[in-house]
Amino acid sequence: MKQVIRVTINGEARELAVEPYRSLLDVLRNEAGLTGTKKGCDVGDCGACTVILDGKPVNSCLVLGVEVKNCEIVTIEGLQPGPDRLHPLQENFIKYGGAQCGFCTPGVIMMAKALLDENPDPTEAEIRFGLAGNICRCTGYTKIVEAIQATARQLNGQGDA
Amino acid sequence: MNRFEYFEPATLAEAVALLGRCNGKASLLAGGTDLLVEMKEHLRRPDYVINIKQIPGMEELSYDAKAGLRFGALVTSRAIEISPVVQEKYPGLAQAVRELGSIQVRNRATVVGNICRASPSADTLPPLIADGASARIYGPAGERVVLLEEFFTGPGQTVLKPDELVTEITIPPPPPRTGRIYIKHGRRKAMELATVGVAISLTLEGDTCREVRIALGAVAPTPIRAKRAESLLRDQVIDDRLIETAARAARDESRPIGNVRSSAGYRRQMVEVLTRRAIKQAVETAR
Repeated sequence: MKQVIRVTINGEARELAVEPYRSLLDVLRNEAGLTGTKKGCDVGDCGACTVILDGKPVNSCLVLGVEVKNCEIVTIEGLQPGPDRLHPLQENFIKYGGAQCGFCTPGVIMMAKALLDENPDPTEAEIRFGLAGNICRCTGYTKIVEAIQATARQLNGQGDA
Repeated sequence: MNRFEYFEPATLAEAVALLGRCNGKASLLAGGTDLLVEMKEHLRRPDYVINIKQIPGMEELSYDAKAGLRFGALVTSRAIEISPVVQEKYPGLAQAVRELGSIQVRNRATVVGNICRASPSADTLPPLIADGASARIYGPAGERVVLLEEFFTGPGQTVLKPDELVTEITIPPPPPRTGRIYIKHGRRKAMELATVGVAISLTLEGDTCREVRIALGAVAPTPIRAKRAESLLRDQVIDDRLIETAARAARDESRPIGNVRSSAGYRRQMVEVLTRRAIKQAVETAR
């Protein structure tokens, strides 16, 4: 039986009717119409479905939709400061070639956002440790790490990457 | 995922009554990082899912110099990982959660869930057993406390009755000059299940080993103590030869199976290697 949940997604209060056996990932994509969050493995290994739930990065495939009552969720769609502007992470992923096929990118960027929120000046080892749950089969990770390092420098006011 | 009926009890009493009424056909949901995977892969098809996250009082983590560490059933492995007191007093446990899944997983997965799932390879079990942890269990007849090393009865099997749940874990404070280590062996650095896990808690008095507990993961149907290895070390001055002998004893106490991650023989061999390393590191830390 569907339950109606109230949840804030990307700053917007939403009311969604969800079946208890649907994952948050399916709810975001199919009920909330936010298809930026990707379904890769659907069992918590690949990280493509990473969203920020009450300030913490989680695999949305491993959360039930009914569990997020009254929670706050940020997805990749909520990252842009305005319709024509990109978040520094998005800009730097473009600039440094951190995205190739792009399927892992929303999850990687959300994880990177959470990482920088917690640790604004991470070492390369800390970035790689933080991204352990995000699989990318294109880039070899080097360019992803460079894009995150550049963003950290930029946000810390050390020039524009 | 199969269709199920979903409950959010507000109290422990309500949760236990529900468990009783569901008659073994319910799964408890805390972190969900194991349950959801098993439901998606059709390894479990519960008729009922009981989310215990609305029950108050199980989210705390606290440390007291006399009572030690206590944390509730809803404390995530990430909260344990970043807790300064866990890093300082229970470094074996801190290391184990650091190597459990990814940050995304650890932000949901609870340590109590890792315990109740009772996987022989679960990372948190060896350090919890080596550190002398106990589980507080709530059921219709009231509460009971079980030493964690007596909690596991087989792969996925525990002493929990169908209408009982674990509410809290307590771990005594470490005596002065105690070294605590967990070493995980896997095929890759992250997002890996342990091929072998070795935890040790070792206390020195002068140069003598006063107390020691060694717990092995992924080499028997449940996590086990290497009691013969421990007895070789206890009340002895530890030198390299004794460490070799104890490590071999631990190897002989392990009863691993061969599976997709490793052969049984390789596991046995790695028990010896990792136990040797773990004892050495624990002695160095305790000094």
